[in-house]
Amino acid sequence: MKLLILIPAYNEEGAVASVIREVKQVVPGVPILVVDDCSNDATRAVAQESGARVLPMPYHLGLGGCVQAGYRLAFELGYDYVIRVDGDGQHDPRYIPKILNALETQKCEMVIGSRFLNGEGNHSGFLRHAGIVFFRAVLRPILGKPVRDPTSGFVGVNRTALALFSRSFPLEYPEIEALVVLQRKRFRFVEVPCAMRPRRSGRSTITALRSLYYPVHVLLGVFVNVLKFEGRRK
Amino acid sequence: MRFLNVTTAFSVLLIGLVLGSVRREHIRTEYSVSWLVAGVVLLVLSRWRALQDWLSTALGVNDAPLALLMIAGALFLVVLYRFSLVISRLKDSNVALMQRIAILEFRLDEKDQASAGK
Repeated sequence: MKLLILIPAYNEEGAVASVIREVKQVVPGVPILVVDDCSNDATRAVAQESGARVLPMPYHLGLGGCVQAGYRLAFELGYDYVIRVDGDGQHDPRYIPKILNALETQKCEMVIGSRFLNGEGNHSGFLRHAGIVFFRAVLRPILGKPVRDPTSGFVGVNRTALALFSRSFPLEYPEIEALVVLQRKRFRFVEVPCAMRPRRSGRSTITALRSLYYPVHVLLGVFVNVLKFEGRRK
Repeated sequence: MRFLNVTTAFSVLLIGLVLGSVRREHIRTEYSVSWLVAGVVLLVLSRWRALQDWLSTALGVNDAPLALLMIAGALFLVVLYRFSLVISRLKDSNVALMQRIAILEFRLDEKDQASAGK
């Protein structure tokens, strides 16, 4: 079983070292790949000094493009599982074994670390929470089952999903659309309870202005992906 | 009549600008076609009164300049749509290329480090 920890990072020099350190404590010996989305700060150097391998993007691609680059590399290198942990410290690496265990035992292509299943830690603001509730309602009929935390980026994927995401992955705000991309193939996902923490440094990519654009963009992406529905290939 | 003169001048200016840009290789020939077609259509419609009347009747508007405006608007929407297609395709290729370059550089570095360690 080959596992890779994927850390997308953009201007996270203040947090990425501690994230890498924590990941190493939880899953020692597991390779860590930081995808540096052309940061303006020392993210790349800090990640390398902390012992991670770094995939540096030549230009800023945005979260989706950056994560997809990591998925593509992981697929080419033959990894069986990839677990994404954000570089801002919001995802608690102590839950990595739980996600891995679910990937191995639950016969699903993707596992989402959900902050709402047990209420182990919820640091989302009012607007974000309202967005989550809205997208839960939108996704419920599309996915055919409820999803509690559709915006969580703390996700693990197996090789089948890795192959799919290497080819097709949303470029911006990927979490919600990725669920519909999975559904296009009738792949399965499960959620496991996880705690989330406040970000340790840096700023969210979803600024006040973008928070108005975000639901429109994601909603459109969701429906475009619904139109592309193709079912599981036999 | 003044309006039609303005649209005539505008279309001539547009055609001249696009041809100049193509000559200086600021616009590739294949992407100038949409603008040139739009410019020529606008020019013909601005000068051909009988065609304007026929079009305004066909479109159900009494005013020939209004019909001309509607057609010009539709033409430019088509041009914009075509360029949205081109830009989207370019963006997809760009992202794929950047990812490929990053992955190749990564693998090259890994190989270099491996051979340096030997």
